[in-house]
Amino acid sequence: MVTAPFNWRPHSRGRIADDGHGSAVGPQQAVDVEAARAARRRLVIDRSCRVPCLVLFCSAVVWLLAGTLLAMIASFKLHEPRFLADFAPLTFGRIRPAHLNVVAYGWAFNAALASLLWIKCRLAATPLRGGALVLAGAGLWNVGVLLGTLAILTGRGHSTAWLEFPVPAAAMLYGGFALVAIAAVLSLAARRVRRLYVSQWYLLGALLWFPWCFTVAFILLMPAPVGGVTESAIGGWYTRNLIGLWFSAVGVAIIYYLLPKLTGRPLYSHQLALLGFWALAVCYPWTGMRHLIAGPLPAWAITVSIAASVMLLIPLLAVTLNFHKTIRGRYRLVGPSPTLRFIVFAAVCYLLVGGQGVLLALRSVNEVFSLTHTIIGHAHLGMYGFFTMAMFGAMYYIIPRLTGREWASVGLIRIHFWCVGLGLALMVGVLTAGGIIQGLELNRAAAPLGHYIDEHGLSEGVGAFLSQLQVRGGAVDFLDVTRGTIPWLELRTLSGMMLLAGHIAFAVLVGLNVAGHSPPRPGPMLLSAAGRGRPLE
Amino acid sequence: MNRLPLLFIALLASFAAAWLGLVFGLYRELGGVQPVSDPFTSELQPRPYTELELAGRDVYRAEGCIACHTQHVRGGRFNADIERGWGPRRSHPIDYIHDRPILMGRSRTGPDLVNIGAREARRSWHHLHLYDPRITSPGSNMPTYRYLYRKQRIGDEPDPDALMLAGEHAPPPGYEVVPTDRARALVAYLLGLDRTYPIPGTPRR
Repeated sequence: MVTAPFNWRPHSRGRIADDGHGSAVGPQQAVDVEAARAARRRLVIDRSCRVPCLVLFCSAVVWLLAGTLLAMIASFKLHEPRFLADFAPLTFGRIRPAHLNVVAYGWAFNAALASLLWIKCRLAATPLRGGALVLAGAGLWNVGVLLGTLAILTGRGHSTAWLEFPVPAAAMLYGGFALVAIAAVLSLAARRVRRLYVSQWYLLGALLWFPWCFTVAFILLMPAPVGGVTESAIGGWYTRNLIGLWFSAVGVAIIYYLLPKLTGRPLYSHQLALLGFWALAVCYPWTGMRHLIAGPLPAWAITVSIAASVMLLIPLLAVTLNFHKTIRGRYRLVGPSPTLRFIVFAAVCYLLVGGQGVLLALRSVNEVFSLTHTIIGHAHLGMYGFFTMAMFGAMYYIIPRLTGREWASVGLIRIHFWCVGLGLALMVGVLTAGGIIQGLELNRAAAPLGHYIDEHGLSEGVGAFLSQLQVRGGAVDFLDVTRGTIPWLELRTLSGMMLLAGHIAFAVLVGLNVAGHSPPRPGPMLLSAAGRGRPLE
Repeated sequence: MNRLPLLFIALLASFAAAWLGLVFGLYRELGGVQPVSDPFTSELQPRPYTELELAGRDVYRAEGCIACHTQHVRGGRFNADIERGWGPRRSHPIDYIHDRPILMGRSRTGPDLVNIGAREARRSWHHLHLYDPRITSPGSNMPTYRYLYRKQRIGDEPDPDALMLAGEHAPPPGYEVVPTDRARALVAYLLGLDRTYPIPGTPRR
């Protein structure tokens, strides 16, 4: 164990992401021998991660494109149901779960594993152990995703959301994950920095929680199905934990690591980070039945989940406050730094989706909006606005350090950011608005919104629609509700096209970088001159 | 927070508590649910699925119907599901004891189907609706399932299940459109979805 140089700044209230070779910005007087040694150690770590992490990142990008394409077809089919309708593998009921699994296990997992490995090694100040294990694991994982997706498209998928891969494919994921996790734990055990920075807690927790809930859900649903409502309960519990204790744990860990690095400021408060982490670890696993409020489950299970969901306000506010206080005063850096743009976007979405999640857990809200398109919007705000944007940020930071090459084009980075940023805002906006109307019409309204607008004009019609919700008036005819959602679903397809355009720009950037067609890396790439000379990257 | 074993044990314990409480607790409570006896016919409800219905349930799973259809009547203060006529009472764990896998669903892009066999008992309606939902439900955005049907030359006498198609959907003269085995199984499953029997002690809402 060595004590890391200048990782502790006594004049500050917290500490910089501690990777054992100093922060990006050290005190000027120390920038000589120690800094050169640290830079060399960083280089050795990056080299050890190079091939395994790049394989994972590149697979992620391929799956991202495939998943977006599947999503576009599915989205288009919702308002043009005759589109490609006579080809069974592309029917909506198959292509939608295929999209979900490809983006979750193909894109998000590959990107998460690569970022996790790299950050773990940097924070442990040790080269990656078991790179061959990671490569074998990545191979197994990706073949599993491919087979699982083909199984869904040929009608062999399982029926529980997020667990549609059949037994052989799921078993391959299991083996692949185990191999990567062994390498991550080996690297952690060999750590040369004794202190465990907050990102390490989240990543260690994620490495423990995911295989646990995957094992339980997988065994009780597929090889030895329990049957009945218990299956729904287990499926809901798995989904919640996968999102909150794997994806969001990895996303928060990445933001905790990158924010201090990019702003040159220490983490605001270690104590607050502790509070946020343990509140999440204790409360989140109890929220599993949130998707089944008003469903056929014992009332105690639902009530426990609602209470735990509301208590998630504690970690949500603690983490967000810590982020904000860390970057406070340096928000001007968000413009020039590509990584920081994506990371800050992700952090804002984290707050939004967490707040929305608490609202959606309340019975009176949930009974109106669950089972509508609002929930799809909520899922995209979380898995895209927060997690995927954090992954983009991480990849803009990590890949140049792995390849030693900068990004080929500032313009493409801008296109990527604005396409996905605006596209996501549009998508979440239209799905939420359309879903609210859908939910109100399904549950409270006596006549559809369109009826009032036809009669009173737009603004008065909306007012009349909302005012009659106070009256218990039965429910709108189902086909009228469906017709009302179509314009929103068309706008959603438009938003999907924007995301696709952004993803193509991103894939070109990653492809050029990895293929060696980008300029070598003299220093950080900035989107404008404004940030030059500032402590960045 | 720098001792790895301690951190590991704490992470384990926090998750184990919820796992035991929620998953194991529900598993124990719901594992022993038994069918109820119908007060009028004294048959056990829900009845097990027939072979054909099981094949149909597998089509329902394979085609991903749960992407848009739920199979549960909700209770709650709005009570809209019951007012809408989707069922006489809210769903109960007993209703699902034969469901393996469960097909409860999480989205209502389409209507709830847990009592569809009681709501719409005409086999010909279901076949027409699956062939092209716009025939029976104008404005629907449900996919067409024409690949579950086939066009054939009319033999000595027409198939009793041949679809009564008119206008743009009508097959050429001398031909008829008949359901494949998968479509027949699926419709048998849908017609069998009827959980309207009373469950003693279950409130209406």
